[in-house]
Amino acid sequence: MTVMTMAEAETQVCADPVIRNQWHAVADLDEIRRGELRTLLLGEPLRCWIDSGGMARATAGPDRELEVRTDYGYLWATLGEPTGGVFDVPETREHDRRTLNALTVGIEVSAPRAVENFLDMAHFPYVHAGVLGEEPHTEVAEYRVEERDGELWAFDCLFYQPRAAAASSQAVLAEYVYRVPHPYSAMLYKSSPTDASRMDAIGIFIHPLTATRIRAHLFISVLDDVSADREIRRFQQGVIAQDKPILENQHPKLLPLDPRAETPIRADRSAIVYRRWLSRLGVTYGVIPAAEGVRT
Amino acid sequence: MSAEAERLWHPVASQYDVVSRHVFWGRLLGRELAVWRADDGYVNVWENRCLHRGVRLSVGTNDGRELVCRYHGWRYASRTAGCTYIPAHPADAPARTICNRTFPAFERYGLVWSGEEPDGEPPVLDVLESGGALALRGVTVRAPAELVVDALSRHRFAPTGLTDPDGASVTVTGQDRYHVVLRSESADGGSAGTVVFFAQPADADRTVIRAVLAGEPDPDSRIPVWRHHNTALTQLRDAVEAEARRRPPPEPMVAAIEEVPIHLSQVPEPAPTGRRAGLRVQVARKWPVAEDVAGFELVSIAGQLPTFQPGAHIDVHLPNGLVRQYSLTNGAGELDRYRIGVKLEPDGGGGSRTLHENVRVGDVLAVSEPRNNFPLRRDAVRTILIAGGIGITPLLAMAQALRHQGLDFELHVFARSDDHVAFAELIDGLGEAVTRHIGLSPSETGAALESVLAEPGPHEHVYVCGPGPMLDAARRTAAAAGRTDDTVHFEYFANPTDIDDSTSFTVELARSALSLEVPAGATIMEVLRANGVEVSSSCETGACGTCRVAVLDGEPVHNDVYLNDTEKQQGDEMMVCVSRAGGDRLVLDI
Repeated sequence: MTVMTMAEAETQVCADPVIRNQWHAVADLDEIRRGELRTLLLGEPLRCWIDSGGMARATAGPDRELEVRTDYGYLWATLGEPTGGVFDVPETREHDRRTLNALTVGIEVSAPRAVENFLDMAHFPYVHAGVLGEEPHTEVAEYRVEERDGELWAFDCLFYQPRAAAASSQAVLAEYVYRVPHPYSAMLYKSSPTDASRMDAIGIFIHPLTATRIRAHLFISVLDDVSADREIRRFQQGVIAQDKPILENQHPKLLPLDPRAETPIRADRSAIVYRRWLSRLGVTYGVIPAAEGVRT
Repeated sequence: MSAEAERLWHPVASQYDVVSRHVFWGRLLGRELAVWRADDGYVNVWENRCLHRGVRLSVGTNDGRELVCRYHGWRYASRTAGCTYIPAHPADAPARTICNRTFPAFERYGLVWSGEEPDGEPPVLDVLESGGALALRGVTVRAPAELVVDALSRHRFAPTGLTDPDGASVTVTGQDRYHVVLRSESADGGSAGTVVFFAQPADADRTVIRAVLAGEPDPDSRIPVWRHHNTALTQLRDAVEAEARRRPPPEPMVAAIEEVPIHLSQVPEPAPTGRRAGLRVQVARKWPVAEDVAGFELVSIAGQLPTFQPGAHIDVHLPNGLVRQYSLTNGAGELDRYRIGVKLEPDGGGGSRTLHENVRVGDVLAVSEPRNNFPLRRDAVRTILIAGGIGITPLLAMAQALRHQGLDFELHVFARSDDHVAFAELIDGLGEAVTRHIGLSPSETGAALESVLAEPGPHEHVYVCGPGPMLDAARRTAAAAGRTDDTVHFEYFANPTDIDDSTSFTVELARSALSLEVPAGATIMEVLRANGVEVSSSCETGACGTCRVAVLDGEPVHNDVYLNDTEKQQGDEMMVCVSRAGGDRLVLDI
């Protein structure tokens, strides 16, 4: 197994074509409307701003103009040559939804570790006690993971939740569907507390500063006429604030793709499939790739 | 990391760093360590990493017996670091080989010592052997150990009891790569003091100075002595760090993370273990725990006893060749010994009589590793434990685990008389959770069971262990009260079923591509073993569940008391020790 030290990972500029050719959510558009943003993307200096004509722009390095998109309220930029646009989020076309960026938070972890945490239910009673889970209701029932059209989907995910969303008033057996359309982004759909026939959508769109430092944007598209934006934000901020110290205490920060690096259980099926998928895509940035010849 | 440094003992903490219920973050040779003391005094030095998802165990909870990971609540036992519970799968017993990495630990001179693969014991220094030793405050220096040791050899401090080193002569009286012994003596020779400075190589660029003062200063001067050394070492730290900054930074040490065993890298399946006695234990104590019941404490004669979960049993291989199963009664994290209770069965096959009459303190017994076919779910809102007679033993382990974890439970103890209640002092320690039902007739027992099992609540689980008739009554009563099979769990002592073994049939093994004939008078297990197919087993009488296999085709005649009625009707599992074919063919997933 090749071992990369933290220092190397930190200064590493991304040479991974798979990741360079992705669209990355580098800023909430409201954030750059307030002023220019100077940050990093995949280890390179990044500048984002709104020009005098009202267009969102971005440069990498000293002044290399990047191709950008503005989708779902975010500025998406790429260092390479993506094959298409940003993945589709059909919920954004349903006009009775409330869609907003709940928060943008810096986390000292790799993007894939954050995605894996987003796909995980078993931690709810421990990390989000009293909110997304509660002891002793700790069981993760069997669920299905499938690959569809180049994306990962997990179905039939059921979990006991004392307070599943900002608009919830009582405990429910919440049903989740997870979707991974991008190596560094994921969505989840869960039964809406206000309309049982439809699902709330929450996305984590990750801005990779380096291989081991990210900004996570939490995208929300909910059926909620009751809660104020402030309440929805506060709920999601509370949840992320609980995840952040756990993520920052994972060692190594890079996600290991060798199956023998960590110990999975049945509840980790989505994580196992995600790790294999990253291996198959050939992702090498933000992960510790499995050694040559190791079956993932 | 140098091979020499890996074979040495190094200090990793002061004893006062590992206070009750705390997990101390340590670092040695580039490796992070979780250092924690269990309530029984045992100090654990583990890799600071839960092998499930890599979360630091130093952010977990030390509950006095187990370390609980912060991320998913996995519980790891003191001493072995073996996983005892995975909350995401409450009905499964975790594979006992799920084990975090441990390092040796030793306490000496007020310090906790450890190492990658250290030889022997931590260093013994004559100056610290006579008249006590006082560990001073650890001082972390951002510099390599060799720079720190070099600076320490020129370090100056005042003789014990004085505060000014001027005029004192300080001499090096001992030194090696990782420690310096200095003696400070006043000009008039009236005062002196000796301090051993150990340099803990935390990483290539980071060293912790752990100083130990020889002798015990009188209580009034402890604080001034402590403060004097702290000030002197802080000055030394500043000078060494300034020197280190002038040099190119060293390559960080890389402590390799061990690969997990291959069988843990995949989603687990039950692994065959066979009826083997892999452990040798010595009888450390034998004592009467109730009328006709002897208690045995079994300690390891080499190495650490393996992890167990509440409900687990061991096979005891007796000197007369018999093999018997006994449940462990230990509470969570009690891994310094196994404790079992043995009821004398005068009309039995002679296993209990041998243990009662022939086995004595000091004898060595061969036992299997603990195996758990009676796992305790801990996701129940309330747990009802029902014990008949010696059936208390597995339930005692469960009750202690539930109580330790603060989960709601009740324990009903049925016995012929108070003198027949085994391990009464442990039961008394469980307080109000316990209800004793003493000297009841069969009909009174039935009525008591009806009242205990009435009105099932949501998320309630029932565990019953006791004599066959009582279990049958409990099974009927629970069903009548509306409890479903998956919420009522039984452990039988023995299988009273009369087995008709006059049938003969074919067994096809789907995975091994073998087809075997099972003649009348032979069991499937015997035929499998005769053909070199490995099968796990324990009781071999259809009571314990160890040898269950999946049935892919054909209709089994179960003959066992392990599966519940629902499982038997499904017909997709059976026990190869007693189950047979209803037709002429069975296809098994072996």
